[in-house]
Amino acid sequence: MTPEDAAAALRERFGETIQDVLRFRGEVSAVIPRESVPEVCLYMRDDLGFNFLEDITAVDWLDRSPRYDVVYHMTSFKDWIRFRLKTLVDAENGPPTVIPVWPAANWAEREVWDLFGIEFQDHPQLERLLMPEGWIGHPLRKDFPQTQITLPRPRAEKIEEIS
Amino acid sequence: MVTEEIRGDTMLLNMGPQHPSTHGVLRLLLELDGETVIRMVPDIGYLHTGIEKTGERLKYQQVITLTDRMGYLDNMLDELAYVLAVEKLLGIDVPERVKWVRVLLAELERISSHLVWLGTHALDLGAMSVFLYCFRERERILDIKENLSGVRMMTAFIRIGGLMADLTPQFEPKVREFLKIMPGMIDEYEELLTRNEIWIDRTRNVGILPAETAIAMGCSGPTLRGSGVPYDIRKCMPYGGYENFDFDIVVGTHGDVYDRFQCRMKEMRESLKIVQQALDGMPEGPWRIDDRKVVPPPKDEIVSGMESLIHHFKLWTEGLKPPVGEVYNAIEGARGEMGYYVVSNGTGKPYRFHMRAPSFYNLQALPLMSHNYLVSDIVAIIGSIDIVLGEVDR
Amino acid sequence: MGLDGTDLFEFENIPIIEPRTLRPVGETDFQPTQGGGVFTTTVKQMTDWARASSIWPALFGLACCAIEMMATSAARWDLARFGAEVYRASPRQSDLMIVAGRLSTKMAPVLRQIYDQMPDPKWVISMGACASTGGVFNNYAIIQGVDQMVPVDIYVPGCPPTPDMLMYGFTMLQDKIKRGVPPASQQALSGRGV
Repeated sequence: MTPEDAAAALRERFGETIQDVLRFRGEVSAVIPRESVPEVCLYMRDDLGFNFLEDITAVDWLDRSPRYDVVYHMTSFKDWIRFRLKTLVDAENGPPTVIPVWPAANWAEREVWDLFGIEFQDHPQLERLLMPEGWIGHPLRKDFPQTQITLPRPRAEKIEEIS
Repeated sequence: MVTEEIRGDTMLLNMGPQHPSTHGVLRLLLELDGETVIRMVPDIGYLHTGIEKTGERLKYQQVITLTDRMGYLDNMLDELAYVLAVEKLLGIDVPERVKWVRVLLAELERISSHLVWLGTHALDLGAMSVFLYCFRERERILDIKENLSGVRMMTAFIRIGGLMADLTPQFEPKVREFLKIMPGMIDEYEELLTRNEIWIDRTRNVGILPAETAIAMGCSGPTLRGSGVPYDIRKCMPYGGYENFDFDIVVGTHGDVYDRFQCRMKEMRESLKIVQQALDGMPEGPWRIDDRKVVPPPKDEIVSGMESLIHHFKLWTEGLKPPVGEVYNAIEGARGEMGYYVVSNGTGKPYRFHMRAPSFYNLQALPLMSHNYLVSDIVAIIGSIDIVLGEVDR
Repeated sequence: MGLDGTDLFEFENIPIIEPRTLRPVGETDFQPTQGGGVFTTTVKQMTDWARASSIWPALFGLACCAIEMMATSAARWDLARFGAEVYRASPRQSDLMIVAGRLSTKMAPVLRQIYDQMPDPKWVISMGACASTGGVFNNYAIIQGVDQMVPVDIYVPGCPPTPDMLMYGFTMLQDKIKRGVPPASQQALSGRGV
């Protein structure tokens, strides 16, 4: 089975739910609405054999609405092919979690929440993973400043000299 | 952080970020019943560097320096993964010599990374001489890298469209000497450890990870292969010239620490085989592609030709410009599947670049591997999954 | 000797300037003797010599520089012959903290806590570009120089510094101690430069 066959099988099974199929440099991606993410992922794992979740990440398109792309990469160990699923969301209502399908999604979704602020529905533990506990803001958003922000700049004078 | 509910008869132990055996700044919260670990929660983020944010500010060529510093034990494998992703985005194909050199360097890096793993793993479990022996061999590989690029660790030798420079004349004799010595050295390490009673006692049947759990948790590399799943991207989805080489995938059976140890030891030997084949069959040819929109022109052309000067200027100020699109490319790193997801919006800087780190997912499986083991076993298990916190925290 | 046979410039005649006082290393205003005669001077010199010859570093390897720090203590560049016999895991048993690697915002309080747990006299070597100034990473996550958190005695540049560079910094620290310069922790300096 090639990625194209997987896309065709998805079209056949889900029909209109598959909003778009993109092809670029030999890779195939399918764009789906956010509510259907667990269902499609379960189908891909059980029927198409994509048993390995490679990654979950997100892209911030600042001037677009909905603003974020949540991207899922998966591999099939049977046929050695990769596939990508994308869904377009806003930060407040992200896609439902895919932990029931692939438990590996736990930390990946936590990281996406930490860095982007996309809330995954029904995630058991949506907390800070990489940033410190009380951090405010989501660093990887495009409107978060690039360089050093609130930490004090070094001062060049001596405070006191203990002799 | 998570608040643990402490039952009356258990103890909460913090294996803090500063600890000799956590291989970096990893914090583990252990709930202990006596010496047995009932629950474990890893707390990461102590080395979070924000490279994905910084990468959006730098040009494609400059991001190579960031990727070096994430997987700081196998630098060229990270560079290779990123460069292959960008080359896929650009749609260019590199000359044969470049592919062979990249494979050779990647395998040397894999050996170097496994040497550090072996040295620190053995040091944690008490075998201190192995640490010194492994670093002695690693110095040879670092000498080779220094000869090639001038730097011991962060070489940035693999560039988009080719390499930084052609191989030096001293490269081949150095690598041949290394190939002559190394198999004997691996024999030495095996003599010290493989049939050592204490080693087997501490590593056999410790940290068992069943194959189904490993696949479901996204583990890859020797962590997955030790449990019996033959997933090695170099063989299953070959990239960058690995189709031309003859080597085996090493797979374990039980999924315990000892099997992962054996996996990596044998992988070192397989890498030596690949290095030998690469050195013997190295084709002649250019060491980078000719496309001036991607690769800078030679220096003497810049002073004599106007067009070369303009290309150079454009590359340095705006950067190379791939078409709009996105790409995910994964290679077999020393720890598992190392992938890069690069999104381009047509400018010279990546719009989004994300690193899929193998240690991130291997670490997520750590609590499942360490249920009901002793605290001293935890040290062995952490060593066996070979985490690099730079990758985990990015 | 350069690659084409030309002479590279000589290192011997370049004075090593200490950034804090802008004077050559070792030359300071601090009086090593405080109200004492010959006997006290000798004792102070002896304790300085003893302290300099057996500096035990605390483990604080954070990132890539930690690997070069491990290589410095390995067989080829053996740091133990200069007195750094063991790397103590516990800060209460060590005198030197080599901050090797990039310091992230989450790790910063841990650094300060470990530093506070070390008994006096204590010295800090900031190893690498990331520890000295933030290095390649100028963003929200990395503290731009550990001297924002702890006072530093020696800065070793490099990304990562080669083991011989770290050893040179270490011997420079030993030099400072033998000449009687108080550690930075007792000078309560903040920021870089004077």
